Amino acid sequence: MATLQAIWEFIDLPLVIFGMLNGFLITASLLVYAERKVSAYIQERNGPDRVGPVGLLQPFADVFKLIFKEDIVPTKATGFIHSLAPTLMVIIAMSTGAVIPWARTPSGEALAVADVGVSLLVVLAMTSISVYGVTLAGWSSNSKYSLLGGLRSSAQMISYELAMGAAAISVVVMAQSLNLFHIVENQNHAEFGILSWNIFRNPIGFIVFAVCALAETNRAPFDLPEAEQELVGGYHTEYSGMKFGMFFLAEYVNLWVAGIFISTMFLGGYLLPWEGLYSGWFLENGLGGLFTFLQVLCFLAKVAFIAFCFIWIRWTIPRFKYNQLMNLGWKYLLPISIANIMLIALIVVVFNQFGWA
Amino acid sequence: MLETFLFFLFAIVAVVGALGMLIARNPVSSALWMIMTLFSIACLYITLNAEFIGVIQVLVYAGAIMVLFLFVIMLLNLESMPSLGDLDWRKVVAFALGIAVLAQLLVVISLKLDVMPEPVAIAEAADATSATNIGIALLTEHSFSLEIIGVLLLAATVGAVMLAKKRFV
Repeated sequence: MATLQAIWEFIDLPLVIFGMLNGFLITASLLVYAERKVSAYIQERNGPDRVGPVGLLQPFADVFKLIFKEDIVPTKATGFIHSLAPTLMVIIAMSTGAVIPWARTPSGEALAVADVGVSLLVVLAMTSISVYGVTLAGWSSNSKYSLLGGLRSSAQMISYELAMGAAAISVVVMAQSLNLFHIVENQNHAEFGILSWNIFRNPIGFIVFAVCALAETNRAPFDLPEAEQELVGGYHTEYSGMKFGMFFLAEYVNLWVAGIFISTMFLGGYLLPWEGLYSGWFLENGLGGLFTFLQVLCFLAKVAFIAFCFIWIRWTIPRFKYNQLMNLGWKYLLPISIANIMLIALIVVVFNQFGWA
Repeated sequence: MLETFLFFLFAIVAVVGALGMLIARNPVSSALWMIMTLFSIACLYITLNAEFIGVIQVLVYAGAIMVLFLFVIMLLNLESMPSLGDLDWRKVVAFALGIAVLAQLLVVISLKLDVMPEPVAIAEAADATSATNIGIALLTEHSFSLEIIGVLLLAATVGAVMLAKKRFV
């Protein structure tokens, strides 16, 4: 038994990481399925229903198709960087999950792979690095359409990162911490229930943050990178086979990560609604583990809801023009989020002054 | 133990990245090597328990500044540099040896003057580089420098806008 224990202690973290990465992969394929189904119902079609029960295996069939396709590299492409770009996108999208608190353990700690002190900044740094994948993909293909597409979408990502960071600062000011676990716990007040989630305390920040997160994932109405009808696609025009599949995968993982990030920052993360009323009961009856599990489920449900909203938006709202995109980012979202920081800071100071917090 | 190993690993990677930046003949490859160096420097900060500074290094230098560098290089579509064979290697060796002598002199002088920084305990270092303490230091002790930098950056932004307007209007 002792050796078993030792082996378990040696492999438990790798096992969790392995499970999480595979969870991300399966989630991505489920999201592809969800996207096709939701879009079908929005357009009054049936969507995929041939492969497997109710078409559930359709994304796997798509992946098989991509794997067996020929990988074409343009003649004058920069070979190594041409392969590096999609890999970079996938790695960055996958590694963000490491710092996310998935639940609170019965002993009151964060259930995360790495509960680092500045986890919010780590996530923001990851998003800022993923611009490289887009830029390098556009450049290394050695095609004018790719290069312009890469520049277009990296300009978009850089512009919206600013407003997103400013919206995140307003949350940091409220939580007085850069740690995502503390930010979630800051939204946990027994007497106010879900009203103490940041979406109700900081609605302007939520709207700005959600719009920016949508733009960061390069999805409609901000999907200029893949505007194939009018702009001949974007940075991934010259990619084929599984390399294109990796961009596709990264896009859906990013959608999921955006949902995780929004719900951690604004929807109370893993907190159950009004959990202050009944969390004590679980702990007294020795069901702390069950409670943690419920929190994980609740978290996933919130993220799934946000992902559904993103899909819904994509199939409802038409695409922006490039100048509208830049106007919205720089002239509206950025000033609004900076003003919001001032407002929130003022409110926090007043509350602390009168001891209401 | 692991931290020491990682520190030297990333130190080597940083130096290799810097050399690669000099040797690479294509401007974009040069920029990529430089990103590698900046990343390893961020990792060095983290192995030294300065988490906040490490992440900020990635966020600001690797994430924001280098993206703009890359952007400009790609837009300018620069020619490749002359290949390494055309370099005068005697000058390179002379430069390296000169730098080595200068470094030795600096070490000797600083040991004599006793200005080398003392190693700091891990807990103390982690505490001094936390976001809270850096923020407090910036807004109290160094508030004057902070404001000066703010004015400088504002002037730079206004100047950039002025130059851009003159060009295109």
